[in-house]
Amino acid sequence: MSALLEVTDLHAGYGPTNVLSGISFTVEEGGITALLGANGAGKTTTLRAVCGMIRRRGSVSFAGERIDTRATEDIVRLGLAHVPDGRGTFVQLTTDENLRVGALTRRDRKAVAADMDRMYGYFPRLRERGSQQAGTLSGGEQQMLAIARALMLRPKLLVLDEPSFGLAPLVVQDIFRIMRTVNREEKVSILLVEQNAKLALELADQAHLLETGKVVLGGPAAQIRDDETVRRAYLGY
Amino acid sequence: MEAFLHQILSGLAAGGIYASLALALVMIYQSTHHINFAQGEMAMFSTYLAWTFINAGFPYWIAFVATLGVSFVAGILIERIVIRPVERAPVLSVVIVFIALLVIFNSLAGWIYTYTIKSFPSPFGGSFFPQNPYMSPHEMGTIGVTFVVLILLYAFFRFTPLGLAMRAAAQNPVSSRLAGIRVGWMLALGWGLAATIGAIAGMMVAPVVYLDPNMMAGVLLYAFAAALLGGIDNPFGAVLGGFIVGVAENLLGAYVIGTELKLTVALVLIVAVLLFKPSGFFGRVIVTRV
Ligand SMILES: Nc1ncnc2c1ncn2[C@@H]1O[C@H](COP(=O)(O)OP(=O)(O)OP(=O)(O)O)[C@@H](O)[C@H]1O
Ligand SMILES: [Mg+2]
Repeated sequence: MSALLEVTDLHAGYGPTNVLSGISFTVEEGGITALLGANGAGKTTTLRAVCGMIRRRGSVSFAGERIDTRATEDIVRLGLAHVPDGRGTFVQLTTDENLRVGALTRRDRKAVAADMDRMYGYFPRLRERGSQQAGTLSGGEQQMLAIARALMLRPKLLVLDEPSFGLAPLVVQDIFRIMRTVNREEKVSILLVEQNAKLALELADQAHLLETGKVVLGGPAAQIRDDETVRRAYLGY
Repeated sequence: MEAFLHQILSGLAAGGIYASLALALVMIYQSTHHINFAQGEMAMFSTYLAWTFINAGFPYWIAFVATLGVSFVAGILIERIVIRPVERAPVLSVVIVFIALLVIFNSLAGWIYTYTIKSFPSPFGGSFFPQNPYMSPHEMGTIGVTFVVLILLYAFFRFTPLGLAMRAAAQNPVSSRLAGIRVGWMLALGWGLAATIGAIAGMMVAPVVYLDPNMMAGVLLYAFAAALLGGIDNPFGAVLGGFIVGVAENLLGAYVIGTELKLTVALVLIVAVLLFKPSGFFGRVIVTRV
């Protein structure tokens, strides 16, 4: 397996404050990589820096191309879909339109229609709410919509920022099952930021641990799971 | 009764023009949260352009289409060159840029075409529509043009991918970028469309108010009142507001306060809406967390 996303010595922050001080990690092609860390460690900031949403410095390569100086929309068009922190719903558009926005850069109209159907297959609750204003969906439904919208891009890499946030355990299980399906059957690589470290480590092949803007640990998920400090700090046993 | 009906119908014709310009204001407001105070002067300048084409011997409708094309491109250029640099500037700086644009267009028109009032032709001659005591051919034509514009815009925003992209970009620029939408271009396109709609409004109103560099001052005030009345972030509200303002202005002018004080109605309406119902009748109430 080769690296689909390669981050080397990435610095980033907001205004004058630096949050990331030189982090490096890779996401393997075809794999699921988890990014773990406590609140405020810089996980969201890392994802934003990768997608060019904030000031950053360092080297980021995606699918063999340098993306560290590119604009967000150009990075996305290379096949990197980002489900942002806070879901990013288009609240005044309908559920249907939200999904179509996700596929606006695609030209294969027939396949787009088929993909919408597939998304509604993944999330039947959304199908029932196709013509409803997305702002009136529940938090969990909006989270499903955000994931579905990102998948409508037919991305090579799906980046998810805490997809389980605010969801009932059953829905979380559903979403994790769908992520596994998407990864196995559609060959979409996944970079996952997750508070629920136990769940994330079960799903992921690789994991990296972030502490105050630095990667302090990285490797196969099974190995991270057995690490003493991780167990105590993040898994709680 | 006949006179009363006439007042209402010609109010609708004027209202269509206010509705179009109000729509242009709303389009830019939705994506930038600024009122383009220069919208009227841009429309005025477009109308002079049309006058130039017509005087050069082009048939009316050719001049009409050419004016729309040039206005569209000019709108895009104005956004790219003048507005883009102040995108993140404080509100006051942006307002100053709009006022500067207003003054520049006004003086430019005065300098090129002089301040002498000119007549501007209506494409709707007597043979175009049946004669009747209620509406002049130009008024009927204006209403027709307004409805065509409204239907085209509705279809564009509702049914085309580009329209969807523009709506998405106006609502949520961050998420739009994450969907690969080129938000900057969508804003520029919005300016182009607004300038085009303004040009239509200018060409429709010019035969009535005559062509001079200050011809849009009153119209913009009515359009502003219309947009506020309907809710400055709601296109449907703005259109409805335009028709309401047009009819109200005509009726009040004819029966209550006389034509001299008509413009005051717009001002009173603006102040009243801002005081008592700042979100307009169809706008969303935005609650700011403090
Ligand atoms: N928009 C912002 N402006 C300024 N500082 C920010 C901003 N967003 C985050 N920060 C700061 O950056 C640091 C890292 O935040 P970040 O959101 O990346 O953490 P996180 O690992 O995603 O945490 P969480 O698990 O709580 O989501 C924090 O100290 C935070 O205060
Ligand atoms: Mg976060």
